[in-house]
Amino acid sequence: MFNSIPQKSDPFPGSAPVPEEKLKKFRRGVKGELPPRPQYKLRDVVIRSEAASDLAQKQNARYDLMLPEDAGFLEGDEDEDTCTISQDDIVDAVDITAGAKYFNLTLSQFGPYRLDYSKTGRHLLLGGRRGHVTCLDWQSKQLMCEMNVMETVNDVKWLHSEALFAVAQKKWLYIYDNKGIELHCIRKFNDVLRMQFLPYHFLLATASATGFLQYLDVSVGKEVVAICTKAGRLDVMAHNPHNAIIHLGHSNGTVTLWTPNQREPLVKMLCHQGGVRSVAVDKTGTYMVTSGMDKKLKVYDIRAYRPLQSYFLPAGASCLSLSQRGLLSAATGDIVQVYRDVWGIPVTKPYMAHRAKGSVWGVHFCPFEDVLGVGHGEGFTSMVVPGAGEPNFDGLDANPYRSAKQRQEWEVKALLEKIQPELIGLDPSQLSQVDHSTWEQRHEDRVQVLGFDPLAKEKFTPRLKTKGRSSSGKVEKRKKQVAHEDQRDVIRQTVEDRMKIDKERKEKEKKKAAAAGQKSALDRFRK
Amino acid sequence: MVSPKIFGNVLSGRCKRNQQTHFRQIRADIALNIRNPDDYVRETKLDIQRVPRNYDPSLHPFEVPREYTRALNATKLERVFAKPFLASLDGHRDGVNCMAKHPKSLSTMLSGSCDGELKVWNLTKRECVRTLQAHEGFVRGMVVRFCGTSFFTVGDDKTIKQWKMETPGYGEEEEPLNTILGKSVFTSIDHHQKEGVFVTCGQQVDIWDEQRSSPIRSFSWGVDSFSCVRFNPVETELLASCASDRSIVLYDMREATPLKKVIMNMRSNTLCWNPMEAYNFTCSNEDYNLYTYDMRYLDKPFTVHMDHVSAVLDVDYSPTGKEFVSASFDKTIRIFPKDSGHSREVYHTKRMQHVISIKWSSDNKYILSASDEMNIRLWKANAAEKLGLLAPREKAAVNYSQKLKEKFQHHPQIRRISHHRHLPKSIYSQTKELRVMKEARRRKERNVRKHSKPGSMPVVTEKEKHVVTVVK
Repeated sequence: MFNSIPQKSDPFPGSAPVPEEKLKKFRRGVKGELPPRPQYKLRDVVIRSEAASDLAQKQNARYDLMLPEDAGFLEGDEDEDTCTISQDDIVDAVDITAGAKYFNLTLSQFGPYRLDYSKTGRHLLLGGRRGHVTCLDWQSKQLMCEMNVMETVNDVKWLHSEALFAVAQKKWLYIYDNKGIELHCIRKFNDVLRMQFLPYHFLLATASATGFLQYLDVSVGKEVVAICTKAGRLDVMAHNPHNAIIHLGHSNGTVTLWTPNQREPLVKMLCHQGGVRSVAVDKTGTYMVTSGMDKKLKVYDIRAYRPLQSYFLPAGASCLSLSQRGLLSAATGDIVQVYRDVWGIPVTKPYMAHRAKGSVWGVHFCPFEDVLGVGHGEGFTSMVVPGAGEPNFDGLDANPYRSAKQRQEWEVKALLEKIQPELIGLDPSQLSQVDHSTWEQRHEDRVQVLGFDPLAKEKFTPRLKTKGRSSSGKVEKRKKQVAHEDQRDVIRQTVEDRMKIDKERKEKEKKKAAAAGQKSALDRFRK
Repeated sequence: MVSPKIFGNVLSGRCKRNQQTHFRQIRADIALNIRNPDDYVRETKLDIQRVPRNYDPSLHPFEVPREYTRALNATKLERVFAKPFLASLDGHRDGVNCMAKHPKSLSTMLSGSCDGELKVWNLTKRECVRTLQAHEGFVRGMVVRFCGTSFFTVGDDKTIKQWKMETPGYGEEEEPLNTILGKSVFTSIDHHQKEGVFVTCGQQVDIWDEQRSSPIRSFSWGVDSFSCVRFNPVETELLASCASDRSIVLYDMREATPLKKVIMNMRSNTLCWNPMEAYNFTCSNEDYNLYTYDMRYLDKPFTVHMDHVSAVLDVDYSPTGKEFVSASFDKTIRIFPKDSGHSREVYHTKRMQHVISIKWSSDNKYILSASDEMNIRLWKANAAEKLGLLAPREKAAVNYSQKLKEKFQHHPQIRRISHHRHLPKSIYSQTKELRVMKEARRRKERNVRKHSKPGSMPVVTEKEKHVVTVVK
């Protein structure tokens, strides 16, 4: 009985457009050109898969606009330097939960502390030089274990979850449970100075004082490879999270890149004029920041191996760490400075600065929080750095709020898709590239199929003739005759080819002239 | 130390994008990313866990190696779960010669054996429902009528009999609805898809109407015996037959004479039309190969399928038209994709002897093979498939594994694992021997070509080698 309501037409028909930068963020690979028309099956497959890939890219970009959390920020007024804002100011300015993220642990007895955050960012591992090792949930301040291993501790590292950690002690490498129970003492790994954990390969890479780079598969418990780097004492180590390559810094100013598949370094870069003091690589594997004894801080593009920026720091930087959102922390003495966007426009002043209680021994950004952990001579400081951590985590990868059951499920899945060390290389997506066969390979295949090489020239051996017609002079003459004939064949062929090319060119020119419509009276005389 | 400027309780100036009011921002230009645990942890134990997602590629490095590892695991698991044999239907007292599918019921199947016995099976209970003595001598062919109420059989006693599909009641005798006596032995029978017409072949190809007792049309082309005749399921007026002069003859029911024939090197045993593509059919040949022809271009087969080591006896298409299964005198069954030259799967058992007849069930899931040793075996068409109802997550996982295997199928490690099949020793050594023979022939041909004038010996492709001529 109702009259139909007159429908207004939609002024913006279709779905909302997605901004280009968002789309670019989710693009993987380059769209090549389609195969030629006779290969209809391959064409069909390529068109379909590209359509699916485009759809996935658009859906990802649309979802990205709806992520729940935003990153933190710190913006000063026009006359105010952000580096003059202290931690106490920030704590006063934000609420109490955020303020609890700035705290100091005064542990002055057991030496300067090295630290590590677990992959989810919830658990903190501290190792003091004089043997104090402790692991705790730093957000709830709940202590998981605390012990003194009665030996020098060079480095500490979490393994794949908060259940296990590795401690590089004076002589050997020890693996402990999170309750402090010693599980393994691995004597093959001696004099370990630095460790890096590759999470998707379950590999613990260790650099020793004797110049050995060793990889330990922690899921199976086997040493994968021990590489003798022949570069002396290795005490500067970083890993590239994008392709699992280990970066080692040496005292002659070079940074070398290693995989477990090769005994030689993949790349050797001369970075500094003195020794290299610290190396850090960002999570996308694009930029590497190094600091050296020549008091310089250099930024390199790792994909193209080009230097991008070079800064001069009056006192050099002993420890470097890069956060998930690209903030760089550089520690000199007892001062920690945080810089924002070092690889873009050259930075003139730090984003934030803080003076620690003792000389800094290790810095590490916490994965999904706006927090920087500083281990120093007087203990540990957790400082607040707005905008450092990635605000939106992925629940299936590293979930700080996971339950025990979720952790178990995640662990099983991660072990099932553990990547073999043979696949570590400079380009992690090498497996998805098309393996184009070279001309040599195709020629070899053709030779195999035909049974002989169609391009090879068989040497001419003249037949032996009787009755004295096979004297050496006559044989030579026959050979020369055949050689001359072959040469004339070659010349004839090249002349023919050249004449054909010339003729084609002339025809093309004539066609062009005819198309241009330039008609002259002399056209009738043109051949 | 600069004193903080307090701008009041309300967010002012530069605000955050989505107004989160669970914390009070005192100063407008400092904010930390605070997560409220209530948004990320489930409320009660009865809820499911919350899993926020972020698809940023930088949070998920090593996409390709991880997918590769998953594909490798999926391929290995497929081999672990590849257990295709389901059941063996026992009961015949002589070798099973032919089988017929019921067009309307997935659980009914008929089989006829070499002593003239015919059995109707219920596949869900895997037992024989009805037995009757159909012929004296071999039951050569059988087909169920398209409505499913009756079926026809032909046998060595030169008769065509029509039977009722329902089991006779208590006290009733098994009597055929109709019996037609012919002049010679009939070797095969097939029924039209829509009309009451069926075709038999023996010495010539006869088209019968169900109401008449003599054929309405007979085709012959100078050949004395035909082994198999089939109606095209899509273009229902076309038929094809295999003749003993190594040819395949095409007919149109409406014409008076056959259309054309293609003569090959060796005789074809049976043929099957592709149920999805009207013009393609596959024939199983005595020279251990199967040939797929396009009806319109008979001069060259579309594909040559090579993998058997003895004569191929029967072939049947899957209802999707994408694959077919072949039964061979070497005691194996092979499943071929329709456009591939090699099989994707081989089924064999120590107890299964020469496989005479094969059928692919109409729901695309099962394969029935009838063999010489009086057994009919029920196999899965996809050896690693889980039968029965799958939960939605299971289905999603199966689809994901399938897609991964397809994506990485060309990588050498994955290809090696997915192609590997265990073969009985006799078949394995026979395959090697055939390969050596083929290689010897090829080498000889190459040497002749190499030492003769270029162009005097034309290259004959594999497809052209097997066809002698096409006669119209």
